[in-house]
Amino acid sequence: MDAFEVIQPGLLTTVQDLGRIGYQKYGVPTSGAMDQTALRAANLLLDNEEGLAGLEATAEGPTLRALLDLVVAIVGADMQPLVDGKPVECGTAIGIRSGQILELQRARRGLRGYLAIAGGIDVPVMLGSRSTCLPAAFGGVHGRALCSGDRLPIGPVGRRPMALSGRRLPEGWVEPISEVLTVRVILGPQEERFTPEGIRTFLSGSYRLTPQMDRMGARLHGPPIAHQSGADIISDSTPLGAVQVPPDGQPMILLADRQTTGGYAKIAVVVQEDIFRLCQATPGQVIRFCRISMPEACAAIRAYKGRFDALRQAWQSLPGKRDSYRLSLGARSYRVDVEGEKGTYRVSLEGMERKSEDAEEQ
Amino acid sequence: MSVRLLDGGECCLVVELGEAIDLAVNRHVRALGLALEQARGNGVLEAVPTYRSLAIYYDPMTIDRDALGQQIGMLYDSLGDQDDQTPRVIEIPTVYGGAYGPDLEFVARHSGLSPDEVIRLHTEPLYHVYMLGFMAGFPYLGDLAERLAIPRLSTPRLKVPAGSVGIGGRQTGIYSIESPGGWRIIGRTFLRLFDPSAEVPTPMLPGDKVRFVRIEPHEYESEQRGRL
Repeated sequence: MDAFEVIQPGLLTTVQDLGRIGYQKYGVPTSGAMDQTALRAANLLLDNEEGLAGLEATAEGPTLRALLDLVVAIVGADMQPLVDGKPVECGTAIGIRSGQILELQRARRGLRGYLAIAGGIDVPVMLGSRSTCLPAAFGGVHGRALCSGDRLPIGPVGRRPMALSGRRLPEGWVEPISEVLTVRVILGPQEERFTPEGIRTFLSGSYRLTPQMDRMGARLHGPPIAHQSGADIISDSTPLGAVQVPPDGQPMILLADRQTTGGYAKIAVVVQEDIFRLCQATPGQVIRFCRISMPEACAAIRAYKGRFDALRQAWQSLPGKRDSYRLSLGARSYRVDVEGEKGTYRVSLEGMERKSEDAEEQ
Repeated sequence: MSVRLLDGGECCLVVELGEAIDLAVNRHVRALGLALEQARGNGVLEAVPTYRSLAIYYDPMTIDRDALGQQIGMLYDSLGDQDDQTPRVIEIPTVYGGAYGPDLEFVARHSGLSPDEVIRLHTEPLYHVYMLGFMAGFPYLGDLAERLAIPRLSTPRLKVPAGSVGIGGRQTGIYSIESPGGWRIIGRTFLRLFDPSAEVPTPMLPGDKVRFVRIEPHEYESEQRGRL
């Protein structure tokens, strides 16, 4: 079933999930959402599995026409979403009626907005993932960014989705972007290819994100980092978040669509959570690198996963969920109470009551 | 052989087995990779063999880095020094020169050979596939004849067609998908080197052997027509 038709695709909008695992040995990039924190949260808001595919919009979002009644969530960059021209909130589950127009505008905070749909975007799984792999042109919608006229199919919707509308992420979930973004790194795998002075420069200098940043990587500019004996190594594997330093000493951070192998020495690797934060930064952003140990990085991951576990638990049960809406018809205003779960619900409209067993009907 | 464990962040452990591009080192890398694949599931997500190292991507919430390191050490010790399975030999029908190999003439002049001699030197060896990387399905083939070694283009081409056979430094390889590239292009094959709809998306794997076989332009063209 098609959920949306693309009216206008935005600057660069692709279908992404949590990426393609298991195919790097064939040279296939992992791809996946650049800000996985945002995609996971958007999916959780909708009771989707965290790994279902959504849209990743960059800088300026798409305009979409709903082809069904559906529920969506937008997390990440604040793209000032509108439904039929009226502002709706990021970080909440939003019910949209068939025929309505959802518009994601220019990001006023952050860079990448994520749109999840209850049921997930159901493009074909290729090599274990629905993610668009732009460098090899496969996955997602025909291996490319969205175009006008594309249609986005969705998978089966679990729970009565309209009951979710109004659900919101806790206050403070999306952190403000500060003037200096401190990014935690683990040194290695080739830190010995750099002079001690070079490592000090890397850990004490301020670097700026240059406009040369895309889904493959981000080039930074700042005090040059000195190598011990040249920048080249025998090509080896390039993990997500690896900080490569080419001969000019200016660091490059490798991101989702990176090549699977590379020949520049890697001074450090950014911890996963901070890669996702970094992916919301715009050119000119000042970055500083802060070294942490492996146990500290593992504790950070545990805390990160813990935040999602807490969200999931808080939202796990919806029994007896009750919502009130105001409905205006002409000059009259009604209060509408909706309560129930899964296949059964009850709607009361100013004392009049109607019962139904049909989960699709709202 | 020395085993060094290096951290590539909190989700990747790099096992480095040597300092040079070397067939024996590469064989150990692949053997360890295969052994680990069989042990997949206990927190190991994937293993990526390269020239002389194996990158192991893992979930640090499932398996502890030091425990993984120990497991790798034991696995490595148990590998012994067994020989390769008989390698597969994959032939690459290649049309050289002309529009398909725009740099053939330049390579010939640079190395003081005739175009036919360049082709002969390129088709002679049985190349070893050390690794796949750079792009989906791109094989790193070592051991290009020394006389064919050539610097890369100073300005890479924006679009190199899929199937292009290139040389750069002492390496040769095949552009598996259309992409920018800085190697000298001497020919093209009609073989498809990356097919994302197949479970194993590449026809050649690390450890395989490759030989280039010269074909004529009309053979390439009739093969292309047959695919339409």
